[in-house]
Amino acid sequence: MAASILKVVGIAKSFGGVQALKGVSLEIDAGEIHCLAGENGSGKSTLIKVISGVHEPDAGSIEIVGRRLSRLSPMEAIALGIQVIYQDFSVFPNLSVMENLALNMELMDKRALMNWGRARAIAAHAVSLIGFEVDLDERVENLSVADRQLVAICRALLHDSKLIIMDEPTSALTKKEVKALFAVIKSLQSRGISILFVSHKLDEVFEISERFTILRNGENVAAGSTEELDHRTFAFHMTGREFAEASYKSDRAPGPPVLSVKGLSQVGSYEGISFDLAQGEILGITGLLGSGRTELVETLFGISSPDSGSIEIAGREVRMRSVKDAIALGIGYVPSDRLTEGLFLPQSIERNAVIGVLGRLCNSLGLLNRRAVAELMSKWIAELSIAAKDPSLPVKTLSGGNQQKVVLARWLASELSVLILNGPTMGVDIGAKYDIHALMRELASKGLAIIIVSDDLPEVLACASRILVMRDGAFIQELEPATTTESRLGELSTGVA
Amino acid sequence: MQSTVKPAIPAKALAGRDQNLLRLLVMLVFVFGLMTVLRPNEFATLADFNSMMRQFPEYGIMAIGISLTMITGGIDLGVVGTANLSAIFAAKFLIGAVPQGAPPEQVLPYLAAAVAIALATGLLCGAFAGLLISRFRIPAILATLGTQQLYTGIAIGITNGRPQSRLPLLYSTIGNTEFFGFFPLSFVIYCAIAVGIGLMLSRSRFGTCMYMLGTNAKAARFAGLNNASIIIRTYMVSGILSSVAGLIMMARANSAKADYGAPYTLQCVLIAVLGGIDPNGGFGKITGVTLAILILQFLSSGLNMFNNISNFYRDVIWGGVLILVLVFNRLFSIRAERRAVRRSMA
Repeated sequence: MAASILKVVGIAKSFGGVQALKGVSLEIDAGEIHCLAGENGSGKSTLIKVISGVHEPDAGSIEIVGRRLSRLSPMEAIALGIQVIYQDFSVFPNLSVMENLALNMELMDKRALMNWGRARAIAAHAVSLIGFEVDLDERVENLSVADRQLVAICRALLHDSKLIIMDEPTSALTKKEVKALFAVIKSLQSRGISILFVSHKLDEVFEISERFTILRNGENVAAGSTEELDHRTFAFHMTGREFAEASYKSDRAPGPPVLSVKGLSQVGSYEGISFDLAQGEILGITGLLGSGRTELVETLFGISSPDSGSIEIAGREVRMRSVKDAIALGIGYVPSDRLTEGLFLPQSIERNAVIGVLGRLCNSLGLLNRRAVAELMSKWIAELSIAAKDPSLPVKTLSGGNQQKVVLARWLASELSVLILNGPTMGVDIGAKYDIHALMRELASKGLAIIIVSDDLPEVLACASRILVMRDGAFIQELEPATTTESRLGELSTGVA
Repeated sequence: MQSTVKPAIPAKALAGRDQNLLRLLVMLVFVFGLMTVLRPNEFATLADFNSMMRQFPEYGIMAIGISLTMITGGIDLGVVGTANLSAIFAAKFLIGAVPQGAPPEQVLPYLAAAVAIALATGLLCGAFAGLLISRFRIPAILATLGTQQLYTGIAIGITNGRPQSRLPLLYSTIGNTEFFGFFPLSFVIYCAIAVGIGLMLSRSRFGTCMYMLGTNAKAARFAGLNNASIIIRTYMVSGILSSVAGLIMMARANSAKADYGAPYTLQCVLIAVLGGIDPNGGFGKITGVTLAILILQFLSSGLNMFNNISNFYRDVIWGGVLILVLVFNRLFSIRAERRAVRRSMA
């Protein structure tokens, strides 16, 4: 063993004056599971693209299986046994599993006509390699995210891969699916395949990998054996900042509930939901995808109507027919899918932030007061430390964390009594995550009532003053964060002890 | 804290957006220059300018209407139908109500009423289309293809397809007024509308909401915008603009007819796209649309001066220009996107 399968040294790459990589090195041994960690913008993706031949480096050397290469094209990288599984898996959703698996092989062999019998044989062989049980004729769009990923892995295996690079493979998976994926990764390792596992989740890095490399601002900041790593050093290397996070406890005397939900039910989504929420509280709701958590909070924001039960705001029963009604009642909502529900991606940062308060920024003629808009914007950029060079740029040019801060800014200007955040730090890097958590605590201490919906259990434990676990559309348990653990929460939400 | 934040509208944004306007301006100068060189004695003479100012407002105003609906992510193919139906109602009213040989001061109130009838018709026509799109969730292109057919059908039905002429003379007299003996009323109306709508888009709350809705209807809903109301109001504005165009056509032809201006629909879509209105919604400006109108008007007036280019080729030219512009815009937006990403990383 210990023959290195990939060795890159001193890779530099810049894009139009921006130095994305400043002399990065990475070495992966045969049959090793190596973790590449770093925040958004640290250069992880660029490095992967250099290794897979998509980008040509400005400087540095690449050595694959002992062969030193000056230039590398994507086709050569594949021929040398390097496969990348991107976050979107690059599968064709409208084709069947079989077609997805066999198409590439057929194309590579330059055949003009499909031989369906052979395609089936290829596909059956591919899934058998990792013992993946799936209907070969099922369309890929009907599969779960985890299964789609397995299809992509099987496809990679068909090409006699020596190194499989997985770009944040767990970001959309449930705990259980992550476990299953890890088993697959281990089995690949036992076949002598090396894995480069890209992640910014520490727990996963610990669990799966033997060695790690951490990048920050396009430079190597740490590398070594995973055993030498702990939470604090990991977070420090990733961000260059020291963090201390204590659990949140409201220091207010418990007042009357701001929001009170009684026996709320929606057929097929959730049933018999009751809870109270007081000023200064941060209520954590956790549960798996499909537990009804998103449907519940969307009802509280007027997106859908409940079939029975009641919602009271400040002791008065209310009916919300639209989002507008909910906002008028002082409810704000940060949706779970920032990209499709939260933001207008190609529009400017400024427009995205002020859309909710346009009415207040108009002069007596009904025209927008541009100076007021710009002033408000610079105030938010400063207060939320949004890393925006220019508020007129499209919001999609920001990193995930900064995008989420823009969504939050929209609500901070409104007069809110309840703020609901659904998965507020999904796909957000560590630094921004701490910023968002700190902001939540600050808002709560000023008297806002907050609901945070998340399946990031450490996050729920760190932020919430009270936790409700949701499973199959119902609340099954209420917990105090001080007296519970991550594993207990995990058991409750999955129902698996 | 960020110290690089600039207040007000940063110059970069203007430059980025105005790339499109710059391209249009270059194109305009090119077409203008080409025609001037090829037809120095006819093109760009005072008389020619005057005739161009008479021609473009009627379709230009409809192009603005279509542009608005495209900004919200839809399209209004019913503008010509709405224009003709509005004009026919106004004409029917005038023919029926104004006594023969009445003096001008007596006719004037009738004219005002006829204009009001036309505008109300346009408003209702637009509201109906908006209702189909927002409440019944019919794709805009199908809904307005339907309304176009419906309105034209009604117009044919109530007129038996015949032109409604014998309007009071005063209508076309007023309609063909020229300010300073040079600027036709229709041109002045166009300018007023372009400025007004431009201001609405860039500075009003409603305008911003239109852009946001056109970018991402789902996010608009989550941000608390009333999508249905924005859509209905947008098509209402488009309908009113169409009826204004109908009134102008009626003044020019001194009559109203169900099938006036039939080729305008495609031409207006072409103008909107050429003018930089994003067919996917969310982007575009009236300045661009106006430049596009001028480019097409120069082209069309110029081509008219060539006796050996048949009118039949005009469709070929229009269609070709539309496809070229679409391809070009696509290529350009890919480049602009890359640049924006790079700039944000800088």
